[in-house]
Amino acid sequence: MNISDSPKVFISAELAEKIRLHGVETYPHECCGALLGRESTNTHATARPREILDLFPLINRRDDSPRNRFSITPRDVIEADRSAQARGLDVVGWYHSHPDHPAKPSEYDREHAWPWYSYIIVSVHERIPQDMTSWRLRDDRAAYTQENIEIRREPCNT
Amino acid sequence: MAVKVLIPTPLRPHAGGRAAAEFQANSVAEALRNLTTEFADLKKHLFTEEGKLRSFVNVYVNGEDIRYLTHENTPTKDGDTINIIPSIAGGASRLVGVTAASEREQHG
Repeated sequence: MNISDSPKVFISAELAEKIRLHGVETYPHECCGALLGRESTNTHATARPREILDLFPLINRRDDSPRNRFSITPRDVIEADRSAQARGLDVVGWYHSHPDHPAKPSEYDREHAWPWYSYIIVSVHERIPQDMTSWRLRDDRAAYTQENIEIRREPCNT
Repeated sequence: MAVKVLIPTPLRPHAGGRAAAEFQANSVAEALRNLTTEFADLKKHLFTEEGKLRSFVNVYVNGEDIRYLTHENTPTKDGDTINIIPSIAGGASRLVGVTAASEREQHG
């Protein structure tokens, strides 16, 4: 698979900044939330570009180990779905932060990942946001494919 | 009449794009077995290699979490609705392998 074949995720600079700030706000704990948006339907089915048009910040429910774990309950997932539908959007993925850790998915992330969703990870080092990356679980669950995040100054439709 | 299984968005591409499917089933286990027989690609996302429901897969019968009923042995009858709802988990720990494309991207 070439880089050019990697799925694309479009996000406005404003929403990207909100994800970073959420990570700073909850530091040294992990932040988490839903990515609300749309998937383009007019391209190849396995690598459809997505546009993130809103966020649904959530509370990390892992109060036993919030520095290196996050958890979103089924009730939160239903709330996020409802919020997306009210805006005419879908939950297309989830974001979380890795405090003092690179923006790469862990083994734990992979074991707990769902297919199809985009997983955005922002690294926050000593309260300063660093890299932001996006990942999609491969259909065989063996690894992730990295998605290309394209930051747009203004939201627009794919 | 049959048991209706609601399929969450991330699994729909592995279920012919369907949001729901109906099966004759006397238990949750039987309904899920029928589901993963019809859509074989769903199996690895719902069950571990040992055949246990994955921890982040939540199953409700008519709105009741099967963990508070009799798990997969929970009986079902015609007209029941089984809802599969994701929970989302993750977090930083050791790194995993990524595909060649993303490795190249990171180092390129």
